[in-house]
Amino acid sequence: MASEVKFEKVDFYYGAFKAIDSLQLTILARKVSAFIGPSGCGKSTVLRMVNRTNELVAERTRLEGRVLIADENIYDGVDLFSLRKKVGMVFQRPNPFPKTVYENIAWAPRIHGVKRTDELDEIVEKSLKRAALWDQVKNKLKSSALSLSGGQQQRLCIARSIAVNPEVLLMDEPTSALDPRATARIEDLVEELKADYTIVIVTHSMQQAARISDSTAFFLSEGAGRPGRLIEFGETERVFTNPSSRLTEKYITGRFG
Amino acid sequence: MTRARVFDLSAKAVAWAVAISTMVFLILIIGYVVIRGVPSIASVGLEFFTTAPRGIKMQGGVYPMIVSSIYLTVLSLVIAFPIGLGAAIYLAEYAGRGRFVELIRFSADLLSGVPSIVFGLFGLAFFVYFLKMGYSVLAGALTVFLMVLPTLVRTSEQAIKAVPRSYREASLALGASKWQTIRRVVLPSAAPGILTGVILAMGRAFGETAAVLFTAGSVPQTPASPLDGGRTLTVHLFYLATQGQIEDSFRVAAVLLFVVLGFNLTAGWMMARFRRRFG
Ligand SMILES: Nc1ncnc2c1ncn2[C@@H]1O[C@H](COP(=O)(O)OP(=O)(O)OP(=O)(O)O)[C@@H](O)[C@H]1O
Ligand SMILES: [Mg+2]
Repeated sequence: MASEVKFEKVDFYYGAFKAIDSLQLTILARKVSAFIGPSGCGKSTVLRMVNRTNELVAERTRLEGRVLIADENIYDGVDLFSLRKKVGMVFQRPNPFPKTVYENIAWAPRIHGVKRTDELDEIVEKSLKRAALWDQVKNKLKSSALSLSGGQQQRLCIARSIAVNPEVLLMDEPTSALDPRATARIEDLVEELKADYTIVIVTHSMQQAARISDSTAFFLSEGAGRPGRLIEFGETERVFTNPSSRLTEKYITGRFG
Repeated sequence: MTRARVFDLSAKAVAWAVAISTMVFLILIIGYVVIRGVPSIASVGLEFFTTAPRGIKMQGGVYPMIVSSIYLTVLSLVIAFPIGLGAAIYLAEYAGRGRFVELIRFSADLLSGVPSIVFGLFGLAFFVYFLKMGYSVLAGALTVFLMVLPTLVRTSEQAIKAVPRSYREASLALGASKWQTIRRVVLPSAAPGILTGVILAMGRAFGETAAVLFTAGSVPQTPASPLDGGRTLTVHLFYLATQGQIEDSFRVAAVLLFVVLGFNLTAGWMMARFRRRFG
């Protein structure tokens, strides 16, 4: 079940520093939304709001406004563990656990209470198939995940996230550490996965955003110490061919950032 | 040749010479102990390991000493491991950077530099007399526990801290609690480092002499319970050597050497196995 993610007048602070200013944004279910913008404009911050992991990377954070997943405010008395089960995340560098391929996938289901081996076997197979990795690793389930190639590791991380049936999948520059072939595979995978999940992907590659996303959000911060703001959000094709903001146009055509 | 290059080459030569001579000394010491000890053990036969010493000159075997040494080492580590690991987890994961915590770290580092005979004296006064344990394996183990604890805590803390942040991030983002993350991701990844610390501590406990002489005593008997006294291999060696029984001493020294070598090889083997499995 994929869910819509809605930001309602969100201000976000790291300590006294305001990183995001009055964000208003609705991310549609079963679509791929791309976040683009120059370094430091707050893309990762907005992404981490959705699974509330900003609280893990910084000491004092504060959020004003509301962030809703399927109309439930996740900043109002929500259980963090079930929230994070509902919202998977894939990181910039592939970060499989130093465990076997099997254990990597079975890990989160176990944490969330699946105990029976046959059930776990089934989840592992299903998730690896879903991540287009099964054929390559079905004979290596008991080898270390770290023995896989970078691209395979990243797909393993995707499989690990979807093993607990999330509703939303967050990807923070998931291909920036990969070569072009591995990147293409991840992009294909994202296109397939959007049938089941709400996918948000942060990317520094305009081509990638254009290739795989349905909607694009452009963020910008007007200089160091200034908060990031959402400049434009819309259908990707429209944003890239006919941006409504001059700032978006400037960024897309490579004139700053 | 330029000056810099000459300097570079001579620095290399010095470093090489130092490394080689260290190795040569090491091999000489080990070789000497082996040459003097092993044939001598062979002449006594297997009963060296299985019988008690006989007579006033302590001829015969060292069975009671082997038992005492193992008993004391295992007991001290059984106490030290959970406490040391708990403290390390606290320091690495929960404590942060407060004044108080820095003080704990500082005292741990300080304690690990205190001469063992001082620990022995403390053990004698506190465990043997004040707590009325008498000369016993327990008093010895507790004293050795205090001795190895600081290093155990610090090596484990470092092993835990060396676990990449990305593992924790991944775990927490999958909805695991902090404790689940520590138990199922951080500790398994830190295990080789922690294990190395444990095995080094075992080596230290096994090789300790002064502190053990003061607390476990020197009665050459096989301890049946932790409250019995005993004489470890090291203490036995100490007595034999001070009585001028050099030949007998080398037999014991060879046994000590092999056991400590065994500890280190086991540590190496376990780490290699672990690495092969987990990358
Ligand atoms: N943990 C943190 N503590 C304090 N400030 C932070 C923290 N993380 C990010 N910031 C600040 O918040 C702002 C937005 O950072 P963020 O990482 O979200 O940007 P980004 O768009 O993802 O950049 P990049 O493209 O380089 O990844 C920056 O000014 C950054 O310095
Ligand atoms: Mg970022």
